[in-house]
Amino acid sequence: MNEISEIKIDNKPPQERYYTYAYLDEQTKRMIRRAILKALSIPGYQVPFGSREMPLPYGWGTGGIQLTAAIIGPNDVYKCIDQGADDTTNAVSIRRFFATVADVATTEDTAKATIIQSRHRIPERPLQSGQIMVLQVPQPEPLRSLEPRETETRAMHAYEEYGLQYVSLYENISAYGRIAATAGYPVMIDERYLMSPSPIPKFDNPKLDMSPAILLFGAGREKRIYAVPPYTKVRSLDFEDYPFETQTWDEVCALCGSDTSYLDEVVLDDQGNHMFVCSDSHFCAERRENGHLGPLAGHSLAQKSDDSNANRVLQEGIAK
Amino acid sequence: MNAAAATPLDLSTLLPGFSEPARQSQSCFRLIMDATALPGSISDFADLCLTPPQGIDKAAAACLLTLADADTNLWLDPALRNSESENWLRFHTGAPITTEANTATFALISSIESAPNFGEFNQGDAKYPDRSTTILVMVSSLSGGTHLTLRGPGINDEIVIAPRGLSEKFWRERDELVAHFQFGIDLILSAGSQLVSIPRTTRITY
Ligand SMILES: [Zn+2]
Repeated sequence: MNEISEIKIDNKPPQERYYTYAYLDEQTKRMIRRAILKALSIPGYQVPFGSREMPLPYGWGTGGIQLTAAIIGPNDVYKCIDQGADDTTNAVSIRRFFATVADVATTEDTAKATIIQSRHRIPERPLQSGQIMVLQVPQPEPLRSLEPRETETRAMHAYEEYGLQYVSLYENISAYGRIAATAGYPVMIDERYLMSPSPIPKFDNPKLDMSPAILLFGAGREKRIYAVPPYTKVRSLDFEDYPFETQTWDEVCALCGSDTSYLDEVVLDDQGNHMFVCSDSHFCAERRENGHLGPLAGHSLAQKSDDSNANRVLQEGIAK
Repeated sequence: MNAAAATPLDLSTLLPGFSEPARQSQSCFRLIMDATALPGSISDFADLCLTPPQGIDKAAAACLLTLADADTNLWLDPALRNSESENWLRFHTGAPITTEANTATFALISSIESAPNFGEFNQGDAKYPDRSTTILVMVSSLSGGTHLTLRGPGINDEIVIAPRGLSEKFWRERDELVAHFQFGIDLILSAGSQLVSIPRTTRITY
């Protein structure tokens, strides 16, 4: 059974400021909000919207930022990650942007966040009911590499003509012995719409299936919004003789010892030494705090990332 | 195409809309989004400072103030036309009022008996199913009616709702339309300060 929503109505007058609350003007927010509702009503279908310019770097794209601006309120707790990490330049600048323009509390703690904006990853900690995941999408069209014309791909979605995608994936397997796409691996939503899950690794695809969180996807340049409601079937494409498989590693995380998380390879020196560490920086730090130690625990890299975390928390604390 | 403004606008009797549009529409939107994402769950606008005119539920009023504007045609059922409610909606949202059901982005229905067949509203285009009408139906209560079991996206297994005053014929008509998914209308039922959303993906047994 679903719970009755506990969102609090905010009737408070705003503080004095020199820009609109959450930056976007109210008409643009309404347009995006209407698109979000239709996206949730037709899961996996790409709703066109009139994308706006945002005062933030391209490449991070503006789709996710516009989605966040249209939904965020002062009672939210906002987390922003880039490739799993909270402390990259882009993630930090976007988090500061919303802390300023939307009077919102920010966090690195996945469990405490109400809105999690992300590029390239879904956190390792399972998402919860009441959370909203906002994913940044450079290319929303899963059929684009096979068919460059938008009119054609739109017709394929309209009439459920997905044979081409299956043929392409199958050819891929016969050529490489596996499905080469490791990021942006296409999924079927509620057995109707073929959807790009954004450039998350296919390791994260299973996290989309029957997730209790609301999943929103925004493509600013391509002007598309799409969504997956909670508890919705998300199936990664596969074949009887080639079932869908996620990436696995022979190593564990060098810092926290996790054998269940998505690992990034980090080069340590020019002698070819390297180690594998969790891509989800908060997940890894939390495990270390709880006493989990990997084979290279205490390595200078771990030390460095802890120090920079402490530094940044201090700075953000002063700025508030 | 749009209904002529038959009633002159009397500002001395016009009730206010949102006092803090940015803040209130944000929190109202989140309640509407939650309802849409979790069909069958109830969103309550009781804490919202808003007194809509007689004839419009607070929850339905909050929805339209939050979502309707000059870019969205609004269809009102005959009981609401040329009323204080129409003036209020027209003034605060700026939405063009239409009498052609198939051009409506939003439709507000106060009396299900006098409403047209749902098939007359916009069902969306095969390539653009998002262009379909969102229909708000005001009922007397969201509880105490016939039990309906809902399943589908947004619903963890199943959820039961019991809105009052909607006949089996109403649900059959709705089922026939949404059977042609991706076409179909999205429903919002409101009563007083509460609403529940039933998008086209929801499967109902009654
Ligand atoms: Zn780790």
